[in-house]
Amino acid sequence: MKYFKLLLSFALAIGIFFTLNNKLGSIPPLGKFLNPYTGVWQNETDESISGEILIPGLIDKVTVHYDAQLIPHVFAQNDLDLYRAQGYLTAKHRLWQMEFQTYAAAGRLSEILGEDALTYDRQERRRGMVYGAEQTIKKMSEDSDLQFTQAYAEGVNSYVNQLESKDLPVEYKLLDYKPEAWSPKKTALLLMYMTRMLAGGDEDIENTNALRLFGKERFDLLFPDFFDLIDPIIPKETDWNFIDVPQTSNPFNEPVLDSIAETIDKPDPNYGSNNWAVSGEKSYSGNAILANDPHLGLNLPSIWFVMQLKTPNHNAFGATLPGALAIIIGFNEYISWGQTNATRDVVDWYKIEFNEDRTKYRYNNAWKDVTYRIEEIKIKGKASFKDSVRYTHHGPVVYDKNFKSDREKAGYAMKWIGHIGGNGQRTFLDLNKSKNYTDYLQALTHYTAPAQNFIFASTEGDIALWVQGKLPNKWEGQGKFIMDGSLPENDWQSFIPQAFNAHTKNPARGFVSSANQHPVDEAYPFYVYNDGYETYRNRVINSYFSAKDEFNIQDFKDLHNNNYNLKASELMPYMLETMDISNLTAEEKIIFDEAKAWKYNNDIDEVGPSIWKQWYGKLYNMVWDEFDIEGTALDAPSTYQTIYLLKNKGEDAFMDIIKTPKKETAKDLFLLSFKEAANRLMEIKLEEGNYIWVNYKGTYAGHLLQGLPAFSRFDIPIGGGRNIVNATSENWGPSWRMIVEMTSPPTALGIYPGGQSGNPGSKYYDNFIDDWAAGKYHQLNFLQSDIATDVIISTQTLTPIKE
Amino acid sequence: MRTNTTNFIATIFLAIILSLVLPWWSVMIAALATGLLIPLKKIAVFFTPFLAILLFWAFYSFMLSSANDFTLAKRISVLLPLGGNPYLLILVTGIIGGIAAGFAAIFGKQLSLAIKKD
Repeated sequence: MKYFKLLLSFALAIGIFFTLNNKLGSIPPLGKFLNPYTGVWQNETDESISGEILIPGLIDKVTVHYDAQLIPHVFAQNDLDLYRAQGYLTAKHRLWQMEFQTYAAAGRLSEILGEDALTYDRQERRRGMVYGAEQTIKKMSEDSDLQFTQAYAEGVNSYVNQLESKDLPVEYKLLDYKPEAWSPKKTALLLMYMTRMLAGGDEDIENTNALRLFGKERFDLLFPDFFDLIDPIIPKETDWNFIDVPQTSNPFNEPVLDSIAETIDKPDPNYGSNNWAVSGEKSYSGNAILANDPHLGLNLPSIWFVMQLKTPNHNAFGATLPGALAIIIGFNEYISWGQTNATRDVVDWYKIEFNEDRTKYRYNNAWKDVTYRIEEIKIKGKASFKDSVRYTHHGPVVYDKNFKSDREKAGYAMKWIGHIGGNGQRTFLDLNKSKNYTDYLQALTHYTAPAQNFIFASTEGDIALWVQGKLPNKWEGQGKFIMDGSLPENDWQSFIPQAFNAHTKNPARGFVSSANQHPVDEAYPFYVYNDGYETYRNRVINSYFSAKDEFNIQDFKDLHNNNYNLKASELMPYMLETMDISNLTAEEKIIFDEAKAWKYNNDIDEVGPSIWKQWYGKLYNMVWDEFDIEGTALDAPSTYQTIYLLKNKGEDAFMDIIKTPKKETAKDLFLLSFKEAANRLMEIKLEEGNYIWVNYKGTYAGHLLQGLPAFSRFDIPIGGGRNIVNATSENWGPSWRMIVEMTSPPTALGIYPGGQSGNPGSKYYDNFIDDWAAGKYHQLNFLQSDIATDVIISTQTLTPIKE
Repeated sequence: MRTNTTNFIATIFLAIILSLVLPWWSVMIAALATGLLIPLKKIAVFFTPFLAILLFWAFYSFMLSSANDFTLAKRISVLLPLGGNPYLLILVTGIIGGIAAGFAAIFGKQLSLAIKKD
């Protein structure tokens, strides 16, 4: 009996141990997680930012001053120490995030999250993310700056190595895993992560389906290469005569009209950005002024980490990407720079015809060998999954009978700029040191992808904008639809020589700007077509700068925070006028009058923006009901073209709702969609009390880990919206607002919706959000020497370990 | 009663010492040891170390968290979910530690009985 009791009590004790030491489903290991000496209670603190830290590998002492925003101002004696310190400090404040993003890029989330992430991981592997990172590392190795990437990696690792389990970021404790060593490959993966986010989209398959279903004439009406009205990034009057390389000649072959049911995940088409700069002549002070606000997903920890990086030879300040070296968007003593995404079609799909045993594919009337890449995906708590991906000279065969396709002997291969490899890192290292326009231009020549509109202003008074990326010189129409992969003329034949990328320097109008619109008009001698270009923000920005002669910092702030809804203003008055309102109910009439009273600003306390969003959303779905076909991947036309058709071709057959016997016109749809929208708005009013814009929109910053509510911020009070200069929608928006006046040294403002710390237990985790939402900025303290000024709250010294 | 107090104090003392070198389950070792060396009777076998560790963990958590305005505790209390109440999280923390200690102590007691009678 007593042995029975002994055994029983032993089993109980062991059982309790295992229960509290292991993750149960989504419940963290409670003993590990909650104990006060190694669990989350140890994260209940701000990072230590004083004292002396010994860092192996440093050549000299590095001084790190922190200001009240927890921005580190790093003073190193040489570049190697600078980037080693950047790695160390970024890891110190953002370790979990920087590692998690590279796991996501590499298709390794199953290792952390288990089998649920397997489909995602397979997709990223088949997209060639790791392959692309390997090509990037090869390119970096050819340049001497791999040593800096290596120093950065060692800096990260010197932080990781001295971490005790109690110091692990809270997400590691929650998911019960540990950080691994950082390496240059992880930096390359982070760059791939950005390339996927910003240049990983295409509509080839959707376009192909639409072309097959509707025919060429109808397709061209819905998806024109250029809209009737565009205001391109590079001014229309630009003379392109200096370009002496012709566009690739058109082989006039037919697209492959296959039907494909579903496609891999695409980046959010709402990612976009604004940048603009005015010349000295248009500036209140005679100094050029530059602004940038990249619109990305609003996440916590934020995608940006702000730093000052100084050596005796250069002094740069701005936003960094955790995982990448140097300042990405910022300024130094002489220049400032920023980016918006330069959407261009750099993803193309080729139909591949395999031989009997799928070891070869047809190309140029012969059989060519496929190569294999075995992707081993480790899964938490399970055996690994092995996926063998066939590679052609185009790129990986993403869709085949093993993945999202059931064709026995065919597949679709992806040609992507992300697979070519480029040393984008070099561009930023060089920009950080650039002193003038010539240096900036030289820095850009290394840049491959994702293509960006690099804006520039200097203390010398120059302003410029280059649409920079490695861009294929395509034949007319190439890559709009799925191409036959066996025909050599369908391959990318060459790239546009870098010097012929579209650009403008000191244009006569006195300002440069970009907002993801068409880079150029049809006069540009290379093939460019509408690849999802933005059509509203750019027109608001350009008319703002054309409206008067002189601009000051307040004007720049006002434009960042401009809530004018040009899109709504181009359709809603027309709908309100033409719609038959004779049989609206009393409640509907109230909403109609509210809509009429709206001045088209998406301010937080307006109801107009909510009415517009409901109404247009319903209307859009009614117009494009033809695109709602089960088992066929399709994208409905753009907002711009939809509005154009509604106003100019209101009797077109597309306006008809197929399900109803009646032949509807645009005018009918206005009323039908209005009634549905009004109905929904009244429901919202019942449920939520009102439908004012701030509540209707509900902007939030979600934690990177599936938006964990505990670590997220909800109901952020900010206006704006999609296609508005203040592009803040539900979960994306201006992720870093920066204004730099090119005084000597430059004077700058900046803010982002997050905080410098990645620790949800720190007061610096989300402390910028309220000021950001209110349209406020923080002065960026651009220190000129390593002597701490009164803006510095604490100093930490990184010291070499003596041999 | 005196043995209870001795056990209580010894458990806390041992747990604090062991926590410097061992992971969270140091409280189980501490309670096992005191259960073995300072045997208690009936429900006190479980509840004395339970209370000792509950107080130790709750007090320590409170100290750490109150110094930081309960910033993280409020968030973790949304996560678990405990309604965002940091004090409830502190209590749950104590109970988790207490349960682990209590069961380890029962085993310690049984072990002491087995050794004694042989």
